Amino acid sequence: MSFVSRGFKGRRREDAESARVPPGQYVTGDFPVLSAGPTPHTPLDQWDFSIVGEVDEPRRWTWEELQALPSEEVTVDIHCVTKWSKLDTVWRGVSIDTLLDGVETSAEYVTAFSDGGYTTNMPLEDVRDGRAWVAFDYDDEPLDPEHGGPARLLVPHLYFWKSAKWVRGLELKLEDEPGFWETYGYHNYGDPWREQRYWGD
Amino acid sequence: MARAAVLGRLSWQLAEVSAFVDETTDVRSIVLEAPAWEGHRAGQHVDIRLTAEDGYQAQRSYSIASAPEDEELVLTVERLDDGEVSPYLVDVLRPGDQLELRGPVGGYFVWEESVGGPLLLVGGGSGVVPLRAMLRHHRAVGSTVPARLLYSVRKLDDVIYRDELTRLDGEASVDVHFTLTREQPAGWEGYSRRIDRQLLEDVSWPASERPLTYVCGPTSFVETAASVLVELGHDPARIRTERFGPTGT
Repeated sequence: MSFVSRGFKGRRREDAESARVPPGQYVTGDFPVLSAGPTPHTPLDQWDFSIVGEVDEPRRWTWEELQALPSEEVTVDIHCVTKWSKLDTVWRGVSIDTLLDGVETSAEYVTAFSDGGYTTNMPLEDVRDGRAWVAFDYDDEPLDPEHGGPARLLVPHLYFWKSAKWVRGLELKLEDEPGFWETYGYHNYGDPWREQRYWGD
Repeated sequence: MARAAVLGRLSWQLAEVSAFVDETTDVRSIVLEAPAWEGHRAGQHVDIRLTAEDGYQAQRSYSIASAPEDEELVLTVERLDDGEVSPYLVDVLRPGDQLELRGPVGGYFVWEESVGGPLLLVGGGSGVVPLRAMLRHHRAVGSTVPARLLYSVRKLDDVIYRDELTRLDGEASVDVHFTLTREQPAGWEGYSRRIDRQLLEDVSWPASERPLTYVCGPTSFVETAASVLVELGHDPARIRTERFGPTGT
């Protein structure tokens, strides 16, 4: 890259953490909010989480049933496509492995669906093997509605729009189908380390 | 994906700064000559990438302030005092400098004639930028879709595009309402408080007319506006939001 922005110095990081920040990202201490519409507020007694689609039989958990499952505390770095990254965020949630335990499927893809109509897609293997959770606590507090509470998907190895807020379930699929942002020009897979922000990246 | 193949990669391109417009003490519009730019829709944004001499780079997204029909591409940037990129764009960049960008990005927070209305635009602070692009597009195509802008800022001097928006208010299908939340000049006849239920009820179309609403601003502003509109019976699926900044500001 030969182009130089005249007079730009920048605020580079040369510490141990800089290796944890993907290309084109900057670290923030804040927790910015990005959502395409109003924040939904589904009462917990009407909330459930389901696994549907290409499965032997659909699964469904009420809020109490989900809370009764074994949960894990995870500390992860998150990366938003709008360029901010946040390091060492602490969540509690149920591993997708736990929810998929015993589910028979030949699906290779999954679409997460949310209150408000939001969807996002990814390969099924990306939510397996301890790489994804249904998270309901952030920093030891119930997850704030603005940040996706009562529960959001947490898939920290992909750009954060894949971590669907207000998630209500997973649809397992034989064929991949682009979700909300994936239809509006954002990358179908969204690996921050390969800077897959937009179509064609 | 077939559409991706047609669209291709959003490549980085160089644009040249041709002029500036000082909108307020903290906000500047940057007029760009971008020969490789292939057009955009009102409400979309661009990614800007700055490169230091040692190769260090920083990227940020900015809303496009110009209409698709405008001859030049215009970005409007607010200086954030603790920012890394915005102080450069507002204070350091000069006419004749080059700026690396790619876009347009985003396809949901977009309005064009065919999407219809009635159109309700609710902006807080520099959140007015993509809404201004929509209003310019509305005017450029001679749209008869009724449009209303509710624009909330702290004081009159913070109003971006003040003359233009005041002029637009006189147009047949456009109403512009300001609310000055912190300080009002003597004789101010507009609103003088943060947006609330009554204010939105006064300004917005009734839910029964199924307005299409775009809200852009700081997170708390957008949360308030969108929640109140849902309470007033607006269909959440017809409220599109764009937020900036962290929670709690």
